[in-house]
Amino acid sequence: MSEVMQLDRPLPVGSEGKRAGGWWGLLALIVTEGALFGYLLFSYFYLASQTQQHWPPEGLPPLGIASLNTVILLASSGFVWASERCIRRRQLQWSLASMAVAILLGAGFVLIQFREWSHKSYDMTTNLYDSLYFTITGFHLLHVAVGLVILLLLLLWTALGYFDDRRYAAVTIGGVYWHFVDVVWLFVFTTLYLTPYLF
Amino acid sequence: MTDSADSSLIRVPEVGCAPRGSDAEIRLASLWETPPGWRGWLSTVDHKTIGLRYLVTAFLFLLLGGIEALIMRLQLARPDQTLLTPEQYSQLFTMHGVTMIFLYALPVLSGFSNYLWPLMLGSRDMAFPRLNALSYWLFLFAGLFLYASFPLGQAPNDGWFNYVPLTDRLYNTGPNIDVYALGMVLLGISTTVGSINFIVTLFRMRTPGMSIDRVPILVWGTLTASVANVFAIPVVSLAFFMLWLDRQFGTHFFDVVNGGKPLLWQHLFWMFGHPWVYAVVLPAMGIVSDALPTFCRRPLVGYAPVALSTMATMLLGFGVWIHHMFATGLPSLALSFFGATSMVISIPSAVAVFAWIATIWLGRPVFNTPFLFFAGFVLLFVIGGLSGVMVAAVPLDFQLNETYFVVAHLHYVLLGINVFPVVGGIYYWFPKFFGRMMSETLGKWSFWVMFIGFNAGFFPMHIAGLLGMPRRIYTYAPNMGWNTVNLITSVGAFVFAAGLLLFLVNVVVSLRRGALAAENPWAAPTLEWATPSPPPAYNFAVIPIIASRHPLWEDWVDEGYGRSSLETGYLLMEGRETLGTTPLDARPDVILKMPDDSYAPFFLGLFSSLVFAGMLLHAWDFTGLMVMASSLSLIAWLWPSKALAQRVPAIKTDKGVAHV
Repeated sequence: MSEVMQLDRPLPVGSEGKRAGGWWGLLALIVTEGALFGYLLFSYFYLASQTQQHWPPEGLPPLGIASLNTVILLASSGFVWASERCIRRRQLQWSLASMAVAILLGAGFVLIQFREWSHKSYDMTTNLYDSLYFTITGFHLLHVAVGLVILLLLLLWTALGYFDDRRYAAVTIGGVYWHFVDVVWLFVFTTLYLTPYLF
Repeated sequence: MTDSADSSLIRVPEVGCAPRGSDAEIRLASLWETPPGWRGWLSTVDHKTIGLRYLVTAFLFLLLGGIEALIMRLQLARPDQTLLTPEQYSQLFTMHGVTMIFLYALPVLSGFSNYLWPLMLGSRDMAFPRLNALSYWLFLFAGLFLYASFPLGQAPNDGWFNYVPLTDRLYNTGPNIDVYALGMVLLGISTTVGSINFIVTLFRMRTPGMSIDRVPILVWGTLTASVANVFAIPVVSLAFFMLWLDRQFGTHFFDVVNGGKPLLWQHLFWMFGHPWVYAVVLPAMGIVSDALPTFCRRPLVGYAPVALSTMATMLLGFGVWIHHMFATGLPSLALSFFGATSMVISIPSAVAVFAWIATIWLGRPVFNTPFLFFAGFVLLFVIGGLSGVMVAAVPLDFQLNETYFVVAHLHYVLLGINVFPVVGGIYYWFPKFFGRMMSETLGKWSFWVMFIGFNAGFFPMHIAGLLGMPRRIYTYAPNMGWNTVNLITSVGAFVFAAGLLLFLVNVVVSLRRGALAAENPWAAPTLEWATPSPPPAYNFAVIPIIASRHPLWEDWVDEGYGRSSLETGYLLMEGRETLGTTPLDARPDVILKMPDDSYAPFFLGLFSSLVFAGMLLHAWDFTGLMVMASSLSLIAWLWPSKALAQRVPAIKTDKGVAHV
């Protein structure tokens, strides 16, 4: 710090991109939420390793629909990313369209997940595995629901003309939350659907 | 693009000075002051008000937990007492632990940090002022929630670490444990948002020139505690939530009959619990590291080692949780590993202790009240640390586990490292908080009575433990050989309480009649003492520019980087504004727009607490309604605002039409 600090440089004012407090706050939120899912999966592996029950009790989980759902969720992340890009390039119409597609895909994920639930012959009280399965996927679904509300708000705010290429921090921040929810699903999917095939 | 649109999005911040009474200063005051009356009371986001609220509320909980302790000490003073029934005793020791550990120990430190951080860092507020208000309201409501069932005789009653299967519904049928479980999840939200606020504040809100190696140690302590909380709170919230599901919805996480594992609870609880122990002591150690040098008239010896050992303690603190579970039959390899880490952790603690001793040794100590509390703390820390090393040894722990020896250890640590620095810290910063000095005579009396009472009360507990007295028994037979130690402990507890009472009397008397305090009555080195006592709503009339670790000692401690500029700096007064700087070097990065006072935090706190009340009572319609209300409060809060420059300015240059 020996060089002199320049004090008369122009500085951006307010919530500008990744300088916004909200961006930093959201990163911290992602860390703590990530830890939450980490502990959920820890509980799963701990109980799976300690139990004498056949695991999973109903046999290996079918992969088809869950894999499709994974692709749908990842695609929605792509559209959220594109929506932000379009705002930066001043293509508001495309941004709105892209966000709308992302929301539809996210809603599709929720519907398919509900279908997956309703096709189970058991609920969360049947046995230990089902308690874990429904709690973990339930926590994730809750995060998807919150994420969808955020995306809907971003769509509304963009449509109201709140954002352009100079100010769109909310889209960046809301978008990274959605990406986080999607990345968490990859861990949940791997744990619940793929690892039973390994052990 | 027109110029008018541009200047609201980017501008060169004006540098100048704003002495008291100047037009600029008056404008700043009008921008930052909260209106009086209940509206201002509910809506304020001033970190100083919130900090004091934290301190006062935490002290009320300290008194509550203290009264619970005194009642228990009456019961245990002599053998075969019948003052309390076993069930009452169980609820008292549980609520005593819950209150002291969760509702006093961390919140009181959050109070200090909320009040002091922006002043120490040269900012006008925390990074998220409204989040700060939310964190307080949630803390208050969670405290009330946890105490709601106490008057009905249905308080949590299975100890603060709440082991299953005793807490399963099979063995504990009342609402006691559900209150505890849901209250802890609610309190966890408060702690989490508070911690996130501290972390972002540290990285973004330091005044220009306050590079990362110039922040006060209290800031390091609270930062470390906050990072730990961000990682540790989710696990206890999850554990309590899973327990609640087990109890209310018949899941099987901890249900032995159906393959659930009680040890999972212990793992989850202590993965949180041990980092938490450090979270409630590291900021308090920071208080001492910052305030002790003031009374030794020299900078802290070993700033960098102390800062690093603070973080090392926490890092190791995540790898020692199994030392709470030595007696559960885990494989001996695991026990050896966690026993070893638990002993290693004494190294960074020793670094700090030797730094304090060296500071006293090499300085010219002024023996006034705060110094006595800080020096007393060093002694108690050493005693508590040594008994900690003893129980970290696996074979000795087998003998001492669940005895009064552990109770003695944890009280030496928690009172020694938390309560003594906190009371000393109040003596130290009281003039800054209220503009008046506390009485020195009464202060010294309060220290000696507290110090003697504390040692008389808690040292004999070591002996009771060695004599085999288990913790949490509501009475004992007269022929066990525990009569004398218990009587001495009870007397000591009351003496300690009298000392604390003297301190409170001192607070009340000094608030009215204390001598008026100048800006810097202790001739202290850090930035908070550059503001008037008490500080104005805007903290700093100009954002200062810092050139050293001790901006107010530059006349005689030359660090070779020139002088800090405290009178001249950034004015930043087009609305509530402060400066955001880069995370490590603290170079000017952005002009931050700060929010006005807002009701949103209060309502979000209230509605989300009611969500938990609804869950407790299984009132699902009500719960749903409150979820909606919370969501609406949050959406109103987050709605992009032009004043905060979250939206584009009113003039849309591409169309040439003004939008509102």
